[in-house]
Amino acid sequence: MASLPPALKKDDDIDDDSEYSPFYGIEKSAVLQEARCFNDRELDARRCAQVITKLLYLINQGETFTKNEATDVFFATTKLFQSKDIGLRRMVYLMIKEISPSSDEVIIVTSSLMKDMNSKTDLYRANAIRVLCRITDGGLLGQIERYLKQAVVDKNPVVSSAALVSGIHLLQSNPEIVKRWSNEVQEAVQSKAPLVQFHGLALLHQIRQNDRLALSKLVSGLSRGTVRSPLAQCLLIRYTCQVISELGPNSQTGDRPFFDFLESCLRHKADMVIFEAARAITEMSGVTSRELTPAITVLQLFLSSSKPVLRFAAVRTLNKVAQTQPLAVANCNIDMESLISDQNRSIATLAITTLLKTGNESGVDRLMKQITNFMSDIADEYKIVVVEAIRSLCLKFPQKYRSLMNFLSNILREEGGFEYKKAIVDSILILIREIPDAKESGLSHLCEFIEDCEFTYLSTQILHLLGNEGPKTSDPSKYIRYVYNRVILENATVRASAVSALAKFGAVVEGLRPRILILLRRCLYDNDDEVRDRATLYLSLLSDEPDAAQDDAKAFLFQDLDVPLENLEKSLELYEPSERPFDLAAVPKDTKPRHQTEKKAPTSKEKKAAKDASKKSAEGGASNTFEAYEKLLNSIPMFAGFGKLFKSSAPVALTEEETEYAVNVVKHVYPGHVVLQFNCTNTIAEHLLENVNVAMDLIEGEDFNQVATNPLASMPCGVTGQAFVAFEKPEGACSLGKFSSTLRFYVKEVDPSTGDADEDGYEDEYQLEDLEITAADYILKAGVSNFRNAWESLDSESERVDEYSLGTRESLQDAVQAVTTILGMQVCEATDVVPSNARSHTCLLAGRFLGDTQVLVRLSVGIDSQKQVAMKLAVRSEDPSVSDIIHEIINS
Amino acid sequence: MTCRQIGVNPACSRTKGARSGISLRSVGFSWCFSFEVSISLVKNVILLDSEGKRVAVKYFSDDWPGLSAKLAFEKSIFTKTHRTGARSEAEIGLLDGYIVVYKFISDLHFYVTGGEDENEIIVATVLQGFFDAVSLLLRNNVDKKNILENFDLVLLCLDEIVDGGIILETDANVIASRVAMRGANDDVPLSEQTISQALATAKEHFARSLLK
Repeated sequence: MASLPPALKKDDDIDDDSEYSPFYGIEKSAVLQEARCFNDRELDARRCAQVITKLLYLINQGETFTKNEATDVFFATTKLFQSKDIGLRRMVYLMIKEISPSSDEVIIVTSSLMKDMNSKTDLYRANAIRVLCRITDGGLLGQIERYLKQAVVDKNPVVSSAALVSGIHLLQSNPEIVKRWSNEVQEAVQSKAPLVQFHGLALLHQIRQNDRLALSKLVSGLSRGTVRSPLAQCLLIRYTCQVISELGPNSQTGDRPFFDFLESCLRHKADMVIFEAARAITEMSGVTSRELTPAITVLQLFLSSSKPVLRFAAVRTLNKVAQTQPLAVANCNIDMESLISDQNRSIATLAITTLLKTGNESGVDRLMKQITNFMSDIADEYKIVVVEAIRSLCLKFPQKYRSLMNFLSNILREEGGFEYKKAIVDSILILIREIPDAKESGLSHLCEFIEDCEFTYLSTQILHLLGNEGPKTSDPSKYIRYVYNRVILENATVRASAVSALAKFGAVVEGLRPRILILLRRCLYDNDDEVRDRATLYLSLLSDEPDAAQDDAKAFLFQDLDVPLENLEKSLELYEPSERPFDLAAVPKDTKPRHQTEKKAPTSKEKKAAKDASKKSAEGGASNTFEAYEKLLNSIPMFAGFGKLFKSSAPVALTEEETEYAVNVVKHVYPGHVVLQFNCTNTIAEHLLENVNVAMDLIEGEDFNQVATNPLASMPCGVTGQAFVAFEKPEGACSLGKFSSTLRFYVKEVDPSTGDADEDGYEDEYQLEDLEITAADYILKAGVSNFRNAWESLDSESERVDEYSLGTRESLQDAVQAVTTILGMQVCEATDVVPSNARSHTCLLAGRFLGDTQVLVRLSVGIDSQKQVAMKLAVRSEDPSVSDIIHEIINS
Repeated sequence: MTCRQIGVNPACSRTKGARSGISLRSVGFSWCFSFEVSISLVKNVILLDSEGKRVAVKYFSDDWPGLSAKLAFEKSIFTKTHRTGARSEAEIGLLDGYIVVYKFISDLHFYVTGGEDENEIIVATVLQGFFDAVSLLLRNNVDKKNILENFDLVLLCLDEIVDGGIILETDANVIASRVAMRGANDDVPLSEQTISQALATAKEHFARSLLK
């Protein structure tokens, strides 16, 4: 190895090091040998100190001692108390702390340390206290408590601090002892020495933290007095916030207690106190702009400080404020912009993301220009943060998608690691899904990207998307070139997925089929098995005359699987090779995880970002499931004449979880029909259910007539099956109704060990919860990219305005949430979030009503001092009668 | 816009007298604060060389159990910071979810780490205290060779700055004199040099570096 030039160079380096380092070639066993000198009759203090330093160096480098070695070293070290040498004594203290002897060994040094605790030298006393408290246990503490109590009020700050800090540590293990020092600690808080005051305050707070009244007294006493230490002042600010949050604002005046104190801290001379106070104010719950302004002003001054630490602290805090109150931070935008070129990239990234949050629509273009220059010289991890901020900006201002999409595609072309590229591609994919207008330009950007993409994972992902989305665009042929280039130039994995994508174009677009066939034929000579196999398979499917079996195969290959992949994977793992073929229909179609995210969404209201994310994923999933439902329903002949499926609701559970039979219902709405799909799961291993049917009775409403049922033939344990019931209703009408339903079935006993069912069985039924068809079932969530334009383009004649009282509500957020849930419409421009202290708010909703009629709603709510909520609802629609229906929904 | 808001909002806060979420929120708050104070303010102090190798470290929290986790953290912060010019002023970053303040001199890299919600300026004060105390003790000849030759002083310095995560002292002069046990006994070698002498040496050193 040494013969290789690089290794040789390394050796040289080590040689250089050895000249510097007194520890070069140090070995544990040798040092342990040297430690024997601790036992010498005539101690060489200098040498002993050197040996301890070596031992500590070894520990510092991560070396560990065995139990025996540690014990030996410890016993030897205790001998060194004989020496009077000060330097050595300090090292002995350090060594004892590092070794942390076991409780039966502690006793050996106790007397020596106690002697030092009573020494005339203050530094001895301070260090002895710290060491003793570190290694001591409860029993011994009783003996030394008297000394510690005295030490707390010692006139020398170093002794006093040592006792107080030790007290903070001891409070965890022996609270009853430390609590007896209360009076002494209180005296220490009044000390003239800054650090003693700091440690005293910390300990006093710890002792009293469960006593609200005492804490409040402590804060009010100190906030009026003078606290000398900036560190203590910072602590006081934290404690004050604690008291404030517990008391809440004064109900008469609306003022917060102690707010004046926080504000006065903004004028303190120490930066750390100013910052602590400013940050505390921004983090108060329900902070008002009046309260925020002075804090924002001092943070703004920090932004132009010469110290990176101050700039970072300020921009980080402002960034957090911008998440909830972007307007309050907008004043700092000019200072923020100058930080984009900050040397410290953390600061620059925080500045950018803050600007992206506070910026308004008109500023986006200018901002993007600045970011473009900035992106080239930051690390990937910062770039990812910026890409994510841009994605959320784009979702906030959908009409700006053009410049934002351009930006994303530009940075996609530049150098970058996998994680970074993946973040960009994911962002583009999300934008394509969320903003319909952005689809074509997004696809062509992605096409360009795969022309020169080194990441197989991303290439295949994009090719798959192209195969699905490309054929549906206005000009599918332009994508073929990009896809076929992959077949020529890439590795086998990418070639295979390119072949699949090509075949999808051929299957969907009739006109392109001959050209696709030619291309596929060329792939027959590929080097790779998988590519050839795929090409052969697709060729035979696309070129032959269609017959029934082929149609099935086509449907299977070219359409999305209607079962979730993880369920399929699980079923395939369970499948044992036998005579019985694997049945795709037996794969459960329920996706458990998605249910969880949907349930989670409302509870995590506090974490807005998290909520948005889960909502996105739920919505993204929804569009896929809709297609799956559509296919499922089309496969059932009796529903074929119902026309085009308008909307499928999310599954509604009709049984408690963990019951014998788990049932949920999905409501499918057709123009003149409603089909109820009951997903039933049998959880009893001893039962086999057959001929499962759902009996329905109309409780409320008269428009519905049952026209068909499709029972589930057999329902073994653990497999989800579907039973259907179809109702007829007046064409295009928004008929509401409530049903009671009962599960009827034939039970056969099953021997769980063999899986054989008995011949005989009996009939049984199982009561389900009532289900309702609500107005929301007739309204489809359909966002518009520019609400204002869409609103203007609808006839003002169709506008219906009315005012409602919503009674007493906890908050506006509550009211908005309630109304949007009833209407089931898409929230536009993220207006569903009400600023925490707003008195009025306008929420924009968009949707499509049954019959594909666009409906837009402007929902204005206001709250008064009695928490009475009033609502003004303005509806515009392509069909005035639909506007009326929306009002009827709210009325009922 | 802002002006109007100022006018409107006080009234808002009045109407929000009995907020529903308040009790829940305040519980979270008090827990969070007592947590922050009872547990360490400083997570670790790290001193690395120009290749990112450990020179001296002191960990005060269990966030990095085991040697490998500690070394991985040191490697991570080194690779993320060593190209930055943190020589005249201390630099800062949020690295691996921690506030890390750092300053470099010759072939040495000083780091102090605090929790994510820590006051950045306090962490920076600790770093400055450590850095200045070491400079004082080594009479401004701060490099790896000198640090290793006076390793005992560096360890004592760390011991005097933070105790179990709680900041003990941040004033470099006080730290340095405590490390030197000044005032403990009259014939301690290092106490021969008072602070003013140390400063004089520093000035002289600085002047020489200017003349070069």
